[in-house]
Amino acid sequence: MPSYVDPSKCDGCKGGDKTACMYICPNDLMVLNVEEMKAYNQEPDACWECYSCVKICPQGAIAVRGYNDFVPMGGQVHPMRSSDSIMWTVKFRNGNLKRFKFPVRTTAEGAANAYVDLKGANLDDEMLSTEKALKAPDAGKLQASK
Amino acid sequence: MALPNKPLGELAAVVNPEIVEHNVDVLIVGGGMAACGTAFEIKKWAPADMKITLVDKASMERSGAVAQGLSAINTYIGENPIENYVKMVRNDLMGVVREDLIYDLGRHVDDSVHLFEEWGLPIWKVDPDTGDNLDGSKPAKTLPEGGKPVRTGKWQIMINGESYKCIVAEPAKTALGEENCLERIFIVKLLLDKNKENTIAGAVGFSTRENKVHVFTCKAMMVACGGAVNIFRPRSTGEGKGRAWYPVWNAGSTYTMCAQVGATLTMMENRFTPARFKDGYGPVGAWFLLFKAKVQNGLGEFYANTDAVKDELSKFMPYGASAVTPTCLRNHLMLNELKEGRGPIYMATDVALNAFLDAKKASGMDEKDVKKYWKHLESEAWEDFLDMSVGQAGLWAGMNIEPEKVGSEIMPTEPYMLGSHSGCCGIWVSGPNEDWVPTVDGPRSHQYKWGYNRMTTVNGLFTAGDGVGASGHKFSSGSHAEGRIAAKQMVKYCRDNAAFTPELAQTAQELADEIYAPVKLYHEHVGASTAADVNPNYCKPAGLMMRLMKATDEYGGGVATYYMTSGKLLNICLDLLRMLREDAEKMAAGDLHELMRAWENYHRIWTVESHIRHIEFRKESRYPGFYYRSDFPTCDDENWKVFVNSTFDPATKEWKCEKVNCVNVIETDPWI
Repeated sequence: MPSYVDPSKCDGCKGGDKTACMYICPNDLMVLNVEEMKAYNQEPDACWECYSCVKICPQGAIAVRGYNDFVPMGGQVHPMRSSDSIMWTVKFRNGNLKRFKFPVRTTAEGAANAYVDLKGANLDDEMLSTEKALKAPDAGKLQASK
Repeated sequence: MALPNKPLGELAAVVNPEIVEHNVDVLIVGGGMAACGTAFEIKKWAPADMKITLVDKASMERSGAVAQGLSAINTYIGENPIENYVKMVRNDLMGVVREDLIYDLGRHVDDSVHLFEEWGLPIWKVDPDTGDNLDGSKPAKTLPEGGKPVRTGKWQIMINGESYKCIVAEPAKTALGEENCLERIFIVKLLLDKNKENTIAGAVGFSTRENKVHVFTCKAMMVACGGAVNIFRPRSTGEGKGRAWYPVWNAGSTYTMCAQVGATLTMMENRFTPARFKDGYGPVGAWFLLFKAKVQNGLGEFYANTDAVKDELSKFMPYGASAVTPTCLRNHLMLNELKEGRGPIYMATDVALNAFLDAKKASGMDEKDVKKYWKHLESEAWEDFLDMSVGQAGLWAGMNIEPEKVGSEIMPTEPYMLGSHSGCCGIWVSGPNEDWVPTVDGPRSHQYKWGYNRMTTVNGLFTAGDGVGASGHKFSSGSHAEGRIAAKQMVKYCRDNAAFTPELAQTAQELADEIYAPVKLYHEHVGASTAADVNPNYCKPAGLMMRLMKATDEYGGGVATYYMTSGKLLNICLDLLRMLREDAEKMAAGDLHELMRAWENYHRIWTVESHIRHIEFRKESRYPGFYYRSDFPTCDDENWKVFVNSTFDPATKEWKCEKVNCVNVIETDPWI
């Protein structure tokens, strides 16, 4: 289900140093043509339809058209993602519509605690920095004890 | 129109790239769940002056297998004894696993899940008053406070996971420092130390954004770049080949790069051919576990619990006897139906969903509340796809499929290689240096521990996630925890080897020439043809990948033969791969994206070669349903309940395959 770019909406992220779709695509598919200042998907048959580009595009210029080797035409799935939720519109080939909204995050963007000041206790044991205890197999359940 | 013999793509590659050299203490290669775990954990242990750099082929915010999101965390131990987790993994993977690594993962994984929840990942909870499911944004106690997650199976918990990777990447980047996270650099080759034997000293890669080759020296390295995809011909060979079940950008880089410097591989014969919704490859876990759906054959029979199936499973003891049938044997049963002409196989989504509604009606729920209940149930059903496999939702939309009205076909996919999901190929690593971990004599390729947990057989080289072999069922959470385990060990390794100064055997220029060889070849010969992709002097990555997938599909047990192969076929496959590896040196790239594809394919070929070599060495069919050898069609515990480990000697360029004893750490009676 490759992504495609609507040229009437794409502004090439105004030539900034980070074209959003190009920045985010995990498979390096989205590229900017600087002469036209428009982005495109340079390898549609390597598109995982992960929707990362669709979700991030500030102009809402990117959508997805079903893979042409098995998806009948006419349906479409499209998201609107905010910082705490995502709204999906599912349009069926027969014109039916469904909408679903799901939470995506319970904290503000940037608020995740990286524990930058935390220092681990003992480098020579197996306990991780935020753990309070370390388990070992129950002696009675070790094969060696049988 | 100009003749099509000019470089395509927007970022043309030049013959002489700029060279950038970096000297660091620890290099983290990869940016997925495992690498993010390492990035989060490592600074907690490192001295202030330790230089740590992470290099990602993509952007950490959406890189790796969790890029799209997930609808569940498949490993959360919670109330279960960790020993039972080991038993479950051992049984699912047909007995041949590293139980020390699995136990070790099980004791750390929940801490990572608790961090995810704290960072903002919405985790479904059971409403303590009504018993209903609450989505992760509703007020509820956290997991450490005693909040009850919505369990589907014994080990899985449901989440609203669209932003799972964004949430995990954010503190990883903060912890390491943004300036130490280099994105859009593809590491393609590891480098051994010039002076100290079997010791990692650096790596080399290139930018996919500018003509720069990056050469790193380091004392310790984490390599966690996922599994291998697009290695067997997929069922969809047009646009749909991008709709791989596992992330299409995973090119076997982890296995190939580590093997090439001499790291011992283990269980590379293992593969995963998941049964998924046909074509869209949407997940089936929630349908089986949360919605209690069953599979139906083409005759409308729910074949899974028949006497014939019980008889078939009894051929694979003790594995076939467990309440949860091993994944490969479930495939085996499905393949039997298909081969007998009793396809297609359907997930009876309609039966399952209507059973919930009928139960509510039978309990006296009024029509209005049933309708409300249905809205919630429908939403849960669609979220499962929309969180992690949007394409499946797109296929349903295109086909006018509403799951409450009609079932959907399921089908075993093309094979994948991975170590974190229900597969266990990967690299042989040390377990924890603790008494309960078996002490085994012999070289590292036979041992269970050699000082640094998750270190490969190469000094200073660590791996995690899909990289660590013989210990599947980590999934997203376990991969993160494993990255953290290794992080601490890398700091310990650096402390213990403080006097070591890495030195590379090749100059930076020699390395750059090697990395950019496909670009040089392209420019040298492109003029010999009026079409850039058809040239007698070179091949293009796209064509080479199709050649690889054709060879594996036809000779290596792909979908073309219902996963059946034999010694004869495997040796033909190895011959084809040998020529493919030779021709890989004739791959040409006109732009930076194509250069990335060239190196990915090079990695794919090596990974697949090790896969085929292992299957050839193991004279039995350990994973019926994943692959079969017609010449050794049964699972032969008497002779083959052992690891197959293989090691490439970088000096002699020779491979060695060997049997390695498999030790049970956790009791075998009771088996489950």
